[in-house]
Amino acid sequence: MIWFTILLVLLVLAALWASMTTALLRATLGLALTSALLSVVLFAMGATLAAVMELSVCAGLISVVLVSVTSLTQPRSVKEAIADRRSHLRRFWPLPLVLIAAGVGLSFVHAPIDIVIRLPGGDGDVRTVLWSMRQLDLFGQILILLAGVFGVLVLFRKEAK
Amino acid sequence: MTIEIPQSFWLYFTFFALLLLDGLWLMLATRNLVRILIGIEILMKSVTLFLIAAGVLTGRLALAQSLVITVIVIEVVVVVVIAGVILGFFRKHDSLDVGNTRDMKG
Repeated sequence: MIWFTILLVLLVLAALWASMTTALLRATLGLALTSALLSVVLFAMGATLAAVMELSVCAGLISVVLVSVTSLTQPRSVKEAIADRRSHLRRFWPLPLVLIAAGVGLSFVHAPIDIVIRLPGGDGDVRTVLWSMRQLDLFGQILILLAGVFGVLVLFRKEAK
Repeated sequence: MTIEIPQSFWLYFTFFALLLLDGLWLMLATRNLVRILIGIEILMKSVTLFLIAAGVLTGRLALAQSLVITVIVIEVVVVVVIAGVILGFFRKHDSLDVGNTRDMKG
């Protein structure tokens, strides 16, 4: 249990670094590290398929998209960068203290009743659940992907002369 | 080495709450549009962790994984579309400051 708790602490620390760092590229790398650590946590919990999806899509594809956005935006001047860094640190310095206080506070709280009910019956295979029981979800996912493609096409279309 | 998975609701809830707080703080305190997107992503991570934890605790891990896969697909589409909006906004205003969105026509 101690190793698992250490993994969860590292996960929060990576997310905190992504929030606190002043450079956008480092924040993106922090988010990728958070995704990679989350995939390790999911793998340790037995959710292997979700872990693979998290690692490949979130730590890979989304990081590439965010790095592309960062690189396509114009670099700031040194004066603006220093002003942004000061403003960022002024807004975010209480965050680690708030997280530590919340973590310590929640670790002392325990539910007076057992609010988790273990459901009867066995758990099926994830492929069976995905392809047999939740076919409507798959249809919805395909529609969402098509909507995303359509949205990107609309955003990047050339203006007619 | 095998890692023992705890069956404690409050352990998962604590780390879910910390990630949620981190993402919310990032979204509310920053003025940079890319950082707001990163905040949304951190919120998604907390939801993913909690869904799988619910699957482990209730003995429905397969169902939780199928829901997480749906969440990840939606996450990718949201990120790509918002990234496109951010790029369009930058080309128009030459800035990533969220304060410039006030003069948008809607």
